[in-house]
Amino acid sequence: MVAELRDVEVDYDRGRALGPFSLSIGAGETVALVGPSGCGKSTALRLLAGLEQPTRGGVTRAAGRGETAVVFQAPTLAPWLSARANVALPLELAGVAKAEAHARADAALARVGLAGAEAARPVQLSGGMAMRVSLARALVTEPKLLLLDEPFAALDEITRRTLADDVLALWAATKPAIVFVTHNVEEAVYMASRVVVLTRGPGRVAADVAVEGPMPRPAHFRTGAGFRQTAEQVSAALADGVAP
Amino acid sequence: MSRIVPPLALTALLLVAWEAACRALAIPPYFLPAPSAVATALAANFPTLTAAAWSTLAVALIALVVASLLSQALALVTALSPIADRAVRPLASVIQVTPVVAIAPLVVIWAGIDHPERALVALAVLVAFFPIFSGAVTGLKSADPDLERLFDLYGATPVQRALRLRLPAAVPYLLEGHKVGAGLALIGAVVAEFVAGSGQVRGLAWQILDAGNKLQTARMIAALVVLGAMGVALHALLEAAERAGLKWWRGR
Repeated sequence: MVAELRDVEVDYDRGRALGPFSLSIGAGETVALVGPSGCGKSTALRLLAGLEQPTRGGVTRAAGRGETAVVFQAPTLAPWLSARANVALPLELAGVAKAEAHARADAALARVGLAGAEAARPVQLSGGMAMRVSLARALVTEPKLLLLDEPFAALDEITRRTLADDVLALWAATKPAIVFVTHNVEEAVYMASRVVVLTRGPGRVAADVAVEGPMPRPAHFRTGAGFRQTAEQVSAALADGVAP
Repeated sequence: MSRIVPPLALTALLLVAWEAACRALAIPPYFLPAPSAVATALAANFPTLTAAAWSTLAVALIALVVASLLSQALALVTALSPIADRAVRPLASVIQVTPVVAIAPLVVIWAGIDHPERALVALAVLVAFFPIFSGAVTGLKSADPDLERLFDLYGATPVQRALRLRLPAAVPYLLEGHKVGAGLALIGAVVAEFVAGSGQVRGLAWQILDAGNKLQTARMIAALVVLGAMGVALHALLEAAERAGLKWWRGR
């Protein structure tokens, strides 16, 4: 177990955002959180990251500081830093010497297919490339828990699919637990070994669906009968969760 | 090319019309001298006027440096301490809304009647302070909230956060603040000379006052031309500096 939420509830000024909600993340699992807008799935992610505390309920995080990484919806790069310096930032904040941090950053950039773009500034990168830099920054600390908050929502379909495959290939190398938020059912089923469907806000678990099949996904996985069946199961749970 | 030609053409047209009107209507030169008379006065007084311009510019530049250091130091304190922020902000606004002309006599007394140049610098500092301060305060809070969360996630210390996130994020705001502040420092220096100036500091404002007292209207306008040219040059320089700074900051 890498992280666990036990009957957490989160209240904001405008009312309850999440819960009661429970979720346990095992080592090496890839879990998709799917739900309608405003169901609190991003809140759940921030609880797992330790960026927010629940109003009630318990959070256990086995992954300590520096072992949890977050990728936000936007690339969230510092415009004044090169790609290399952006990726090296988490290491440098942890006190790693600059030369070593930069060497590890270059290696992480190479892993996401950005060898040669180390000196580029964010403004010079395409949306997909900037997202890869963001991914490299998350991976550079070799996290045990990788959290992605609708990471590809702003990208075009082809870039999204390529990045989904890249994330799974990267996952295969070090097998971190991955939790990602999406509202795209197909993307959830493709990338996750487990899809957790939330009801409309305040979100509770509507369904917890296991996805069969090898990881990373083989070619034509999306056209297989198993994929379609699971996707329909998730869609149905989503529809039930939204219904009043 | 098309950016330079229209304003130059309009200026030339206005000058020709002015010259023609002065000659045709036989306007007395103490009331409105013709452009040719202004040009003659400009040429005759050129060394005095450039020396005066330099004196005014020096006051403005010293004031800009002092205002820059003061306002940034204060902005950093307010960024690090919410209590200091709440304490300082209203007082900074008081400085902003008080006309420099109204404070001048007090500052002259404090700076000492014997050191009018100190009073001029102090008054120009007061004017230049606010845009830089408010730019710095805004800039220090302008970092992407998700980047702030990332710094939380990786357990950044307050010093790391200030030096690696908030200060660099503030750079565009600081550039803008200094551009506005420098322009205001020049205006502040001229206004201060009018109010606090004596014969001891012979800046451009003193030249205008002196020429006015002697009804040398052509010399007054010549001094205004020099002041305008200096303002335009300073503005162009600061625009270029801001563009270069942004390019360096953003990498393009």
